[in-house]
Amino acid sequence: MARLHEYQGKRLLREAALNVPRGAVASSADEARVIARDLACPVVIKIQAWTTGRKAMGGVAFASTPGEAASAAARLLTMKVGAFPVEQVLVEEQLPIEHEVFVSLSIDDAARRPVLLLGVAGGTGIEQRAEQVVRLPVGIDGTLDRAAVLSRLAASRIPSTLHATLADAVAKIALLARRIEARSLEVNPLVTTRDGRVMAADCRMTIDDYAVFRHADLGIDIARELDHPPTPLERIAYAIEQADHRGTFYFAQLPVEAGKPLIGFHGAGGGGSMMSMDAITAAGFAIANFTDTSGNPSVAKVYRAARIILAQPGIVGYFGSGSGVASQEQFHSAYGLAKAFIEMNLAIPAVIRLGGNSEDRAVEILEDACRNLPAPVRGFKKDDTPAACAAVFSELVAKCGARAATMQRRVPEYVGTPASYSFPITGGRVWIDHSACDAATTQLVIQHSAGLLGEQGGRPVLAVSEEEVAGKDSELIACEIECRRAGAPVLFVNLPIPGLDELQ
Amino acid sequence: MFSVPLWFDFMAIIIDEKKSVIVQGITGREGRARTKLMKEFGTNVVAGCTPGKGGDSVLEIPVYDTVLEACNYAESYMGEAIDISVIFVPAALVKAAAIEAIEAGVKMLLLVPDRVPVWDAMEIYAAAQGNGARFVGPNTLGVLSPGRAVIGMIGGRAQSAREWFKVGHVGIISRSGGMTSSCGYYLGRAGVGLSTLVHVGGDSILGLRIPEVALMFEDDPQTRAIVIFGEIGGSQEEQLAQLIVERKVTKPVIAYIGGAAAKEGTRFSHAGAIIEGGKGTHAGKVKALREAGATVVTAFGDLPAATVEVLRTKDIPLAGRFTTEGTEDTEAQR
Repeated sequence: MARLHEYQGKRLLREAALNVPRGAVASSADEARVIARDLACPVVIKIQAWTTGRKAMGGVAFASTPGEAASAAARLLTMKVGAFPVEQVLVEEQLPIEHEVFVSLSIDDAARRPVLLLGVAGGTGIEQRAEQVVRLPVGIDGTLDRAAVLSRLAASRIPSTLHATLADAVAKIALLARRIEARSLEVNPLVTTRDGRVMAADCRMTIDDYAVFRHADLGIDIARELDHPPTPLERIAYAIEQADHRGTFYFAQLPVEAGKPLIGFHGAGGGGSMMSMDAITAAGFAIANFTDTSGNPSVAKVYRAARIILAQPGIVGYFGSGSGVASQEQFHSAYGLAKAFIEMNLAIPAVIRLGGNSEDRAVEILEDACRNLPAPVRGFKKDDTPAACAAVFSELVAKCGARAATMQRRVPEYVGTPASYSFPITGGRVWIDHSACDAATTQLVIQHSAGLLGEQGGRPVLAVSEEEVAGKDSELIACEIECRRAGAPVLFVNLPIPGLDELQ
Repeated sequence: MFSVPLWFDFMAIIIDEKKSVIVQGITGREGRARTKLMKEFGTNVVAGCTPGKGGDSVLEIPVYDTVLEACNYAESYMGEAIDISVIFVPAALVKAAAIEAIEAGVKMLLLVPDRVPVWDAMEIYAAAQGNGARFVGPNTLGVLSPGRAVIGMIGGRAQSAREWFKVGHVGIISRSGGMTSSCGYYLGRAGVGLSTLVHVGGDSILGLRIPEVALMFEDDPQTRAIVIFGEIGGSQEEQLAQLIVERKVTKPVIAYIGGAAAKEGTRFSHAGAIIEGGKGTHAGKVKALREAGATVVTAFGDLPAATVEVLRTKDIPLAGRFTTEGTEDTEAQR
């Protein structure tokens, strides 16, 4: 996750030669007891959760003995922040705090450079005292003007003997932000203690998602800026995105709004997606997820995105809409969606706005391939507005009783049988039912295979090398859908989604 | 006959058919495909660069190992200085490619790839500032001047781009790639022609942002009104509002801001579209622009009609016609 917990951030601060309180993270009351015993001093116990105002919500406790620490930890570990249970607490020495300093580095989008906010009159509640904070420019190399920091400190009530140490700490914070390519790094508060130490008492760090690949040492498993720990579906979606770099696939589950019919959302392009979400929200629906497949995604990626959207319980419909005038060829998306809808024997209505290049072909593929499914599937083009599509969607959902449905994935019987012909492709395997391939069917399959299949002994077989076909999943899914449309569902591209089938 | 005014040397912004363009990463899948679009639409693509592929050619365009070699070729054999470099290389290599172009003296870059690290983008910006260069992106679909030229991939196919976008006097600035095309297409369907469409990019650190592009449109004689597709997050729309208040942008502005339904802290694919600490909210942007005097529509579908209304009120012709001498307003559209 691109957001780090306090204890992870403190490890980085320590590595950057800043003082942090002694302590460790605990996942149980017993662990908290042991940590408190080893510290052998009064401790503070803090929930590890991405939220501000932990103290106000009762997420911070103080303890004088290991026993007290254990019972406090036991209580904190039953807390929930939003929908998410607290899984870890940080147990640390209590500090004899004298002065507090607010230090926050962020990226200034207007100046296109880092900026450091410095408040020398205390950290807690700094949001309410914005006028006491100065903005100091930071170099692209993470350096900043030490004299400016010192002059600010000179105006504070902090003893001057500590100014040099504090200025060093601020400089180290900025350099750390540069090293880990933080989008934001806040130490609030940086404190001075009555015994003359300078310490980072709390911290919040967010790493640039796009730079996570350069920072394996941070142990970030999901480079996504979510407002909650990743859900199982988000983890599955992220793994798909990492395994297939053709186009973009983004999936995030949203907080469920009670009282409104819940729908799965599939956008294309961030701006068009937001606009489409505004339209579907205005039509009275609640959105279960945000999804974006864009930037010329592979057919397999669109297919997998649709499968993940459909795996969300409680959705009564599937609404797809992006910018509406896509530069990418839209028939790819049509094939991917059709494959997912057919496999799941779609039982909730779907409305997909497929406007853009090749939209006529895209809508025809989608509607025709899905014509025999239990629920209606409608495609729309660039001259259909999101609001108009949302209105049709409302009608279809109402007509189907606004009911959620349990859908089971269907795989043809010939898949996995020794009698079937098969070959591997990237991320899956292609199966052909040779027993159903008469001369006409063989010709049909070959005709739709984009030159990848040829005839041998009257049956369709691979006509290119396995290396060459490995990346041709888009062509083969198109072949599968076209054969099915022509009444010969004899070829199937089996694309397992690790974790998804187990989840259901 | 045609009515006045008539521009004999009208500009559009950033890209037109006279600009010489190189493509870095021309031999890659995307570079090759988009070069075809650019060439077919009318862009003067003179050379390409891919390290190690010097001596090859793509669509009859010569490929060089370095930007400097491509620049030297253009100057010594074609008598042209390179105006623009369009970059299609993997995200992790964008910084090196951009700085190479900047150091070779190219003054305008288009950074197409997405997922460029934020600190890389800031380094590119610092290098550009130091060398008097500018750039669009990263994470941009590109820039297109109807009837003239395109850089990037707006339209996807030259034929679509010709059908979708008409020539005229409205400049589009969008934070969303897909919505750049959508705005252009829906305005065209309402009879509104365009000077230039600019997708500033979906990231939080951008070379040219909405306020700067608005100032370029302000200086462009062809542009007489500006349409904005804004989004939640960041401060671009608020800064534009400030420019209007200061009378630095005086041409009429018509805007739509996406993301009304988005909740604070949720990020919608673009790194740029995130609301942090109450900054960059939908309501705040709409209020700032309205108070500055811009027209802000709440439904995207109302954007074309609102634009037509503004053009009529200001007596600006809806569309123009591109000729080799300049653009001429068609009488029927007055």
